[in-house]
Amino acid sequence: MAVIHDMMPAFELFQPASLDDALGLLDRHGADAWVMAGGLDSFDWLKDRIRKPAVVVELGAIEGLRGVKASGDGIEIGAMTTLTEVATNPLVREKFGVLFQGAEAAASPQIRNQGTIGGNLSQDARCWYYRAGWSCYRAGGNVCYADTPTAVNREHAIFGADRCVAVNPSDTAPAMIALDAKMVIRSSKGERIVDAQDYFIGPGTDITRLTTLQTGELLTAIRIPGTWAGAEFYTEKVADRKVWDFPLVNIASAMKVNGSTIERARIVVNAVAAQPMRLEAVEQFVAGKPRNEETANAAGELAVRGAVPLAHNAYKIPLMRNLVKRAIRGGDNGWASTS
Amino acid sequence: MGIDFLTRGITPWGQSVFTHISWDLLWVSFFAGVVFLAAHSVYMLLSAHSKRASADVDALEAKLKGLPEKIQRHSLAARMFHWIMAAAMLTLLFTSFLPIVGVQFAWVEWHWMAGLVLAASILYHIIHATFFMDFWSIWIGPKDIPEFKSEIMRELGGDAAGPKPAKYPLGNRLYHMAIVVTGIGATATGLFMMKRVQTPFFTRDPYILADTTWSWMYVAHGAAGVALVGLTMAHIYFAIRPEKLWLTKSMLFGFITRRQYLEHHDPTRWRVPGSEPVGGRPSE
Repeated sequence: MAVIHDMMPAFELFQPASLDDALGLLDRHGADAWVMAGGLDSFDWLKDRIRKPAVVVELGAIEGLRGVKASGDGIEIGAMTTLTEVATNPLVREKFGVLFQGAEAAASPQIRNQGTIGGNLSQDARCWYYRAGWSCYRAGGNVCYADTPTAVNREHAIFGADRCVAVNPSDTAPAMIALDAKMVIRSSKGERIVDAQDYFIGPGTDITRLTTLQTGELLTAIRIPGTWAGAEFYTEKVADRKVWDFPLVNIASAMKVNGSTIERARIVVNAVAAQPMRLEAVEQFVAGKPRNEETANAAGELAVRGAVPLAHNAYKIPLMRNLVKRAIRGGDNGWASTS
Repeated sequence: MGIDFLTRGITPWGQSVFTHISWDLLWVSFFAGVVFLAAHSVYMLLSAHSKRASADVDALEAKLKGLPEKIQRHSLAARMFHWIMAAAMLTLLFTSFLPIVGVQFAWVEWHWMAGLVLAASILYHIIHATFFMDFWSIWIGPKDIPEFKSEIMRELGGDAAGPKPAKYPLGNRLYHMAIVVTGIGATATGLFMMKRVQTPFFTRDPYILADTTWSWMYVAHGAAGVALVGLTMAHIYFAIRPEKLWLTKSMLFGFITRRQYLEHHDPTRWRVPGSEPVGGRPSE
């Protein structure tokens, strides 16, 4: 059970000035080390005494992890770049409107000033049973308190529940997958690059984590290729509040349209499963189809096929269906842009 | 540095309960199985064999003229049960322990589906063995002490005159007993645990039992599971040992030869239909 304190618990704080130093620290302290970016997820865990790391490695002093730069026909974003910097960057706004919209939709201006793109992508689940410190599946135990006849599970998963029904809460993750971003991961053993789609993992892969990051690894940058630059983008986030809230369902899409025909599309929905869901069946269905109401309706129906609601979140099914429809139609209700 | 045998968690009511056994015990069971296999292999290289002397078998064969050439050891129904249970058991072990050793995949559905197959096959076996087989032939009791003594003497190289095995050798029956305890333990607890995961059968509800009861259920399930790792290793090992292949073949084809029957069994303790009585006590 969470015990909320105003005081931070005791831990050894490291603020490395270089990536190599940070990786060395993570290597040395292993599972005892906690990586902190903007701190917005970390402080909850630490102050609630749910996580009690012996060592915190704070990345704020590593200049090399900050900033947005052109990279070929795409861009590279340092993982410690704040959401505000991402949302206001001219390159992002010019080429990848779906990402700026995703970053802009996150939380509140104050939080976006402090929160980083790496942190937003790598944040942990917000299920309150899990965050309260109970020994649920995600915490290494053997029960899901959120999926019971009496549970409060309005915000939880309608897809891919494998014991745990928590969802990925990221606002920027769908945009990264829609843009076919590559995640650059470093450890003392070297570098590996994974597709954004594979960066996020479900409970079947590892029930205690939302991303593929292992102990000792850091997300250092996100590379967005020019593949979808200038496409038609659509973003919409439905939440209980207009600001400072996590999505109930959010969507990001990138579409190449020729006249009234959809040539190809990438459509990603989040907050409906433990990992952002790329709707590949819908993408295949709409490719080559006219962009009209009929296609949008069929795409919406296809998108929610297989959804299994919990006691209090059946509303997510029509919500997701309609968001997919609107993404196909583009336009008025969400945040559509043609860069 | 010692091994933690059990791991603990905190319930919403602040109780500290066991969540499961320590998965270190998986490795204990695995390495115990490996050590046993290695030790037994070495022992078998050096030990005497316990089958009946060739001349004695010749004499018995001449005496028991009514014995058929092929003697049924396992009916088709019994063999089907065995192989279905084996497939279910291996699926259960792989789906439960591969994720623990780092091979990650969506294992839960496969696990409970295999568990249901195992539960159904066990139920079938209980009914089949109770009403259509010689129920007591697989169990052990004080009556087996003479056979135990004789088998030990034979293993040590002596020519013990005591009884040969009936239908099932003593080792077979002891193994069956261990499998009954661990298999039923894992299956019964597993059926309860299905109430905690999403299946088409129930609404998930962890509150049907008290947290402490659940905690012991998970501990029992895990303990039975890791024990089954070692037991399954031993079973497969014996199944592929050269001197046991005749038994494994009988589980595939259903029969053993007349010669194998006379070499390894006591005809007075495992009566075969069609054979002439040769004296001794009635068949078990």
